[in-house]
Amino acid sequence: METKSIMIVGVGGQGTLLASRLLGSVLLSQGFDVKVSEVHGMSQRGGSVVTYVKYGDKVYSPIVDKGEADVIISFERLEAARYLPYLKKGGKIITSTQKIDPMPVITGAASYPEDILKKIEDKGVSVTAVDALELAEQAGTSKASNVVLMGVVSKLTDFDIDAWHKAIVECVPPKFLELNKKAFELGRQAVKD
Amino acid sequence: MKELMLGNKAFARGLYEAGCTIVSSYPGTPSTEVTEEAAKYDEIYAEWAPNEKVAMEVALGASIAGARSFCGMKHVGLNVAADPLYTASYTGVNGGMVIAVADDPGMHSSQNEQDSRHHAIASKILMLEPSDSTECKEFTKSAFELSERFDTPVIIRLSTRVAHSQSAVELCERKAKDLKPYEKNPAKYVMMPGNAIRRHPVIEQRMKEIAEYSENCPFNTVDDNGAKIGVITSGICYEYTKEAMGNSVNILKLGIVNPMPTELIKSFAEKYDKVYVIEELDDVIETHCKKIGVDVIGKELFGWCGEISQNMVAEKLLSVMPQFDTFDETVPVRPPVMCAGCPHRGLFYCLKKLGLTVSGDIGCYTLGATAPLQAMDSTICMGASVSALHGFNKALGEKAEKKSVAVIGDSTFMHSGMTGLVNIAYNSTNSTVIILDNSITGMTGHQQNPTTGKNLKGDPAYAVDLEALCHAVGIQSVRVVDPYHMAETERVIKEELEKKEPSVVISRRPCALLKYVKHNPPLKVDESKCVGCKQCLKIGCPALSIHNGKCVIDHTQCVGCGICKEMCKLGAISE
Repeated sequence: METKSIMIVGVGGQGTLLASRLLGSVLLSQGFDVKVSEVHGMSQRGGSVVTYVKYGDKVYSPIVDKGEADVIISFERLEAARYLPYLKKGGKIITSTQKIDPMPVITGAASYPEDILKKIEDKGVSVTAVDALELAEQAGTSKASNVVLMGVVSKLTDFDIDAWHKAIVECVPPKFLELNKKAFELGRQAVKD
Repeated sequence: MKELMLGNKAFARGLYEAGCTIVSSYPGTPSTEVTEEAAKYDEIYAEWAPNEKVAMEVALGASIAGARSFCGMKHVGLNVAADPLYTASYTGVNGGMVIAVADDPGMHSSQNEQDSRHHAIASKILMLEPSDSTECKEFTKSAFELSERFDTPVIIRLSTRVAHSQSAVELCERKAKDLKPYEKNPAKYVMMPGNAIRRHPVIEQRMKEIAEYSENCPFNTVDDNGAKIGVITSGICYEYTKEAMGNSVNILKLGIVNPMPTELIKSFAEKYDKVYVIEELDDVIETHCKKIGVDVIGKELFGWCGEISQNMVAEKLLSVMPQFDTFDETVPVRPPVMCAGCPHRGLFYCLKKLGLTVSGDIGCYTLGATAPLQAMDSTICMGASVSALHGFNKALGEKAEKKSVAVIGDSTFMHSGMTGLVNIAYNSTNSTVIILDNSITGMTGHQQNPTTGKNLKGDPAYAVDLEALCHAVGIQSVRVVDPYHMAETERVIKEELEKKEPSVVISRRPCALLKYVKHNPPLKVDESKCVGCKQCLKIGCPALSIHNGKCVIDHTQCVGCGICKEMCKLGAISE
């Protein structure tokens, strides 16, 4: 099988690392060769963050380059626009509708583009948008929007649902397990059959 | 069973499986997790040292005692540890000694982009370079064998993409190692001229023997696909090359990057009309090839700066350009910022307001240099804020002393800021040093340090008394402020700047991300009072923004620190 590439993008502190670990764990359990790449340190402090998840028979490079991503999972609208050049022609974007102003917008040095998702769709890109923050708060905490989005991803892909549940148990602290299971279900339900 | 592991975690697993028992390191992205993960094994004693020099000396001491030992650091940390490194090459080892150095091409989290291979060459030390997590583990295990076989410390060079990528790793059993007997041997371990003169030829001979070993060893391998183009590469660039070129090139992959083989490279290269060298940062492999008379194409195509990628390899070797869409409007940049509730914010606002020249340092607070605070004039390396302020003030005199400060975090101060403070007291400038004590090593992800009262394993430990330390080195005026109270902080800084003596202000408040820190409920905006003057936005808090002419507080981020409340002169922000 040809190597598939997924990018998870968002704002430092939104929990993209946990999402990539969940996804990596699911893919490994399906018998794929998997590489997951993260950046730590400076970029975590509210900056734009990206993790890469790649899988196939044999994965070499751990990073996803421009024009290579089959799927971009975005935790924030503007980040979907920022990483659009990384999407393969015919690729999909799954995004939270959440909006977080970056510092240049807060200080008035730049403006936040209007109607981002529509403008991306107008380019012929398939966009699935979910209010992950709202659903996470329904589940009990705004911090669970990462797991909501993984619920969405689980519905749009055909990996074994048991593998997802097992990965959640592995990656989430027991104290927050029930909450995250609920967040995951709300994410699944948000996708229309 | 296979497990997905970060390169750094796999490295730590290698330490465990190889029977390593002593680990001493200083945190630094992207190397930190090697030591954090090693500390999770009960069989390994692991510690955070105050700096990399101390860590390497601890590891060498343990090796001389007969244990398998390790120290880890980022690339710039190896500069700090260069002093013991170059002489550890002369003493050699007793128990195997392995050093991890993590380079950061692309500078994701660093102040420069130096190439650590130069240190291996200059110190005449064997260096290995893994390309994925499996190799991180296996090379680490082999490094101990090589260390003991050739009587040398061994450096393993990581890079951000190897250290921070996860790939599947097969776990093996630990092989415990008995301590090697310690025998007094001054000719080997007392490096004074009479002994060192005799050691130097031994080291030269050792490098010759390792070079011979590298001609035919399991680390240097050839991918022969019957192709007509040759590529010589190492580490992560091997993965980029395989991804971009598949089986259309033959690859000589160098797992040992110092010393490099001669005959192996010659016999590989002679089969091709064109041989490319693909390496990030400096032209180390390329220079070696040219030195031994092998014509290669390298930096003229790939350049010296930043990371290489599979697209770059495809573009340079195949002239294939990637196809993609772009967003038609400008996407505002999203630089990292101080977190909501960060204790550094209030302090930096005071420094900006007072119009001070700020000698900066390495840590989260380096973000004080960014908009809108922009309260930093220089940042060089760990500890430099304190010593550079002294130099700045010596050059410009009293006028500068009243308008300049150094800022340095608690961990950075312990690392190498203390010596600069000794210098200020000893060689007397009326400098004002601000220690930003947030009770943790923040930027690298919350590591304990000598001021926090806990050790790496989380057990209680002696906590350095910063006030007493400053007094002891000769600073009479030591004041403590809470940076959440900006007016008070500003007043104290002004008073200390006016004094005709050196002083230290400790800005003390734990990092807002620490688990034990209790947060206040999010603050609220009274829309009837808010006039949208944007005064509150001057502190650069990511939880604040203006919508429809009114301030909005993001309740998912706000921790109720109250800095914005102090900024608002109209009383529009409240609990």
